[in-house]
Amino acid sequence: MRGRGFPRPRNGAKGEKPVNFDALFGDLAQHTVDGLSKGAIYALVALGYTLVYGVLRLINFAHSEIFMVGTFAILGTWSLLGVADNPPIGMAIVYLLIGLVVGALASGATALTVERVAYRRLRRMNAPPLIFLITAIGLSLVLVELFALWMAGFFSGRGFTENRLVIGIPPLLKQETVLSVAGADITNVQIIMVVAALVMLYGLDQFINRTRYGRGVRAVAQSPDTAALMGVHQDRVIMLVFVLGGLMAGAAALLWNMRYGITKFDIGFVVGLKAFTAAVLGGIGNLRGALLGGLLLGVIEVYAATLTRSTWEDVAAFVVLVVVLIFRPTGLLGESLGKARA
Amino acid sequence: MTEALRQINERRRHVLGGMGDRWRALPRWQRWLTLLAGVAFLYYLPFLGDIPGTNLIIPGLDWFRTDSIDGGANWAGVLFVCALYVLVAVGLNVVIGLAGLLDLGYVGFYAVGAYSVALFGSAESPVVGALQEQFGLSSDWAIAWAICIPIALAFSLVAGVLLGWPTLRLRGDYLAIVTLGFGEIIRIVAKNSGWAGEAQGVPGIPGPEGPPSPDNKVFGLLDIKPWYWLALSVVLVMVLLVRRLEHSRVGRSWLAIREDEDAAAVMGVYPFKFKLWAFAIGAALGGFSGLLFASRSAFIQPETFNVQLSILFVAMVVVGGSGNMAGVAVGAFLLAYLPERFRDFSEYRVLAFGLALVLIMLLRPQGLLPSRRRTRELQDRAKEPANVA
Amino acid sequence: MLPKQKTSPEDAAKPEVLLEVDGVTLRFGGVVALDDLSFNLYKGEILGLIGPNGAGKTTCFNAMTGVYRPTSGAVRFDGQQVSGRKPHRINQMGIARTFQNIRLFPEMTALENVLVGADSQHRTSVVGALFRLYRVKPKPEELPTVDSANGLVRLWQQVRRSSAQVFGISRHTLEERAGERKAYELLSFVGIDDRANDLARNLPYGYQRRLEIARALATEPKLLCLDEPAAGFNPAEKEELLELIRKIRDRGFTVLLIEHDMRLVMGVTDRIVVLEFGKKIAEGAPAEVRDNPKVIAAYLGEPADAA
Ligand SMILES: Nc1ncnc2c1ncn2[C@@H]1O[C@H](COP(=O)(O)OP(=O)(O)OP(=O)(O)O)[C@@H](O)[C@H]1O
Ligand SMILES: [Mg+2]
Repeated sequence: MRGRGFPRPRNGAKGEKPVNFDALFGDLAQHTVDGLSKGAIYALVALGYTLVYGVLRLINFAHSEIFMVGTFAILGTWSLLGVADNPPIGMAIVYLLIGLVVGALASGATALTVERVAYRRLRRMNAPPLIFLITAIGLSLVLVELFALWMAGFFSGRGFTENRLVIGIPPLLKQETVLSVAGADITNVQIIMVVAALVMLYGLDQFINRTRYGRGVRAVAQSPDTAALMGVHQDRVIMLVFVLGGLMAGAAALLWNMRYGITKFDIGFVVGLKAFTAAVLGGIGNLRGALLGGLLLGVIEVYAATLTRSTWEDVAAFVVLVVVLIFRPTGLLGESLGKARA
Repeated sequence: MTEALRQINERRRHVLGGMGDRWRALPRWQRWLTLLAGVAFLYYLPFLGDIPGTNLIIPGLDWFRTDSIDGGANWAGVLFVCALYVLVAVGLNVVIGLAGLLDLGYVGFYAVGAYSVALFGSAESPVVGALQEQFGLSSDWAIAWAICIPIALAFSLVAGVLLGWPTLRLRGDYLAIVTLGFGEIIRIVAKNSGWAGEAQGVPGIPGPEGPPSPDNKVFGLLDIKPWYWLALSVVLVMVLLVRRLEHSRVGRSWLAIREDEDAAAVMGVYPFKFKLWAFAIGAALGGFSGLLFASRSAFIQPETFNVQLSILFVAMVVVGGSGNMAGVAVGAFLLAYLPERFRDFSEYRVLAFGLALVLIMLLRPQGLLPSRRRTRELQDRAKEPANVA
Repeated sequence: MLPKQKTSPEDAAKPEVLLEVDGVTLRFGGVVALDDLSFNLYKGEILGLIGPNGAGKTTCFNAMTGVYRPTSGAVRFDGQQVSGRKPHRINQMGIARTFQNIRLFPEMTALENVLVGADSQHRTSVVGALFRLYRVKPKPEELPTVDSANGLVRLWQQVRRSSAQVFGISRHTLEERAGERKAYELLSFVGIDDRANDLARNLPYGYQRRLEIARALATEPKLLCLDEPAAGFNPAEKEELLELIRKIRDRGFTVLLIEHDMRLVMGVTDRIVVLEFGKKIAEGAPAEVRDNPKVIAAYLGEPADAA
């Protein structure tokens, strides 16, 4: 009965060091740079969670799919335009800008749909948060399957066919080292990623804190009832928040496509989970917290991956989250969109 | 006074014509008989449509069986999975429905239960292997299945407490994300640890009759009916136990905490203690069903215990009617049974599942069988001493 | 209820301190809600705590019952430190309270609300409630009755009675029954037993206020703190409540009462502590306090004709 065709794993067969400190500290600066650029994507997606949470106090579980839709919309547009690998730099920039617009539009539109379909009716009914969560999970599954069954094939130019595989995206920018700081090679794409995340966050921050619309958002975040009494149109604010989150997710999708050059129907799940973790880590409802949490999480992951041959990458992220929440239950920078000040 | 109360109760019964109230209005012996008949039917289910011991067939009932369609799954096997999921739903209902804690990582406890019996009960597991080497035991030696049950329960209980202790002080949404992470961590640890069999998993997991083998008479590999009866019996016992909790000071405390935690604390209820108990009890039930799953499969792999399964578990509870044990049982049964019965659409299974979740929640947010809690009525016996006092 | 030290004949007249608020300060950011507040509460008295809106009366309750932790200072009860303990522990020490903005368990019946309070005195644990193995010999009146006319049912009742005599009854069952009896008795004590089986949220306002008192009494406190129990009552209802508070005192409870209505406070309390901006500005018998110029200035606005 022993070993009916199954290999019998034994301890310590590989004889490798479980934790490799040399790999990490030998090249600390490089890993930090890699982590920051990875974290930029988390940060942008995290903004969507934070905005919605700040106003509605609920986890928009479908936000991960909003990001996924963005990656495919950009891919589809680029194939439509006939983008070849590594076009001349001028064209590449045009394509990237087109990608940004398309990604932002697609993700923004998806976000609006999610709000309309999954949340509005429940909000009217004053349903408990658990119900929102389940509807969002349901909608998330629907979106994922729509892409697996038809849309992923469509956007990759194979018509409405089932496609559950990894799909490649033509590289627009050749990733090359443009800077060397303290032994770390920084690529052009990495610079774009971090700068883009900072610029988007700055723009969003200004929008929330300086404009009339932003004031509405802050008012609803602080006290929905008072805001309603003061004549703030709550539905409009909520739609605005979803759209803003969608735009950020679209931008993140562009960065993702540039950096990793692949997408897949279920790519949203892991990114979404990490981004939500990042939002909580920084203090959910806090825009700058989302940035800090995202970058920090990216760095932690890369460190953990280097230390342990990437097996414990995800575990490290969650352990850090739990530890932070236990000692600082409101995240690193504290929560509250309402109190965000310029 | 006594008369007035009786009249109020009478009127209540009249006005509330709901199923539940009509059921409660039945005389006690009638309720018992109905319940007995229901339980008997559950035990009969694997034969659905047949009359055991004869060649007779009850027409029509056949249609419900999953093997009535082309390439349909083994009917008793589907029933077994349904029973497992009902057990999971009953446990998760303690956490979500009764204590009001959102646990998105319940699969973690299911995995702990499954891995407990796998690692201690299978002669081919790395843990047992190490024990054999350490103590010079024969290579067939492993811990008996019956002893693995308390081990599995203890491990999952401890896992529940370890997870709950630091996290239960967190707010609801944070608890959700932390538990989600916990479920993932369990899977990743199992996948990457040599002592847990890594990605290949663990084979040779025992059942009540010992290691899997063609010689096993009752709990064999082919006939799944005994497995179903075993799981069903476990479910029934656990339902009785959880009902006891629900209708005691514990259930009352959970409800009070859900309604107003601060007020409950000021009335002498220690919220943390009762939440932790809910977490631990839920974890133990999840672990038990994981153990049954592993024993029946004889072989487990870490990838089985993924987040999607966790989400399915939560969906069972919420769709069925969180807080109502009958409701969550129905939810679990439907979510396990329907996809198997309607395999024709197997390609669109997940899509249909997602759509169903959205629609059910939008149209019936309280679940299919919402919790209509049985309130504590004043019994006659309470009155006489009160009038004396 | 053991006195902390034996009272010797010479200070027998001196009342025993039950609660000691000692230099308690509580800040919310910049707001000083309680400012070095000290007062004593003696066993068996009804102490009134009054002061204008926002004076810090509710905050004082919150500091006493563990909802907030004082920034500095201490609260002692029965000689034991209270501040810093968790609310449920403070309740077990013997302090119970009601809330200014009613906080019942709305989806539970009146009876169940009181049962939650009564549970704090019960000893059945979670495991005990699950397995119910701990058996107790029942008192004769706790045995199942044999009263049916139907022969079969009678036989069954007989069996149950004998088995209870031989094997005892689980402590859980006995406690549930006792709790139910006690809850019903308390509901009739506060005068709302006619709606014992109604959900708390369906009860009329006055009933809800009384239910809060019954729920607090069910925890068998030594000190009952009432936060504006008569708020929103008309004069007749207030008169009834006054009667109830006196009845509560006559049962041996010590009462700390927050109330805005001067007439009510003067009529029922033995002593009064007056707060303004978190500070104590006066303390003494109702008549003294009423004539205290500081109190008149701070609180009454116009002199003595309120009483
Ligand atoms: N949680 C809190 N956070 C911030 N400030 C608070 C808080 N609770 C009370 N305060 C402030 O403390 C002060 C005292 O409030 P408190 O509720 O104790 O007054 P009160 O005497 O009970 O008044 P009322 O007669 O209106 O009930 C007020 O200025 C109030 O604004
Ligand atoms: Mg007050």
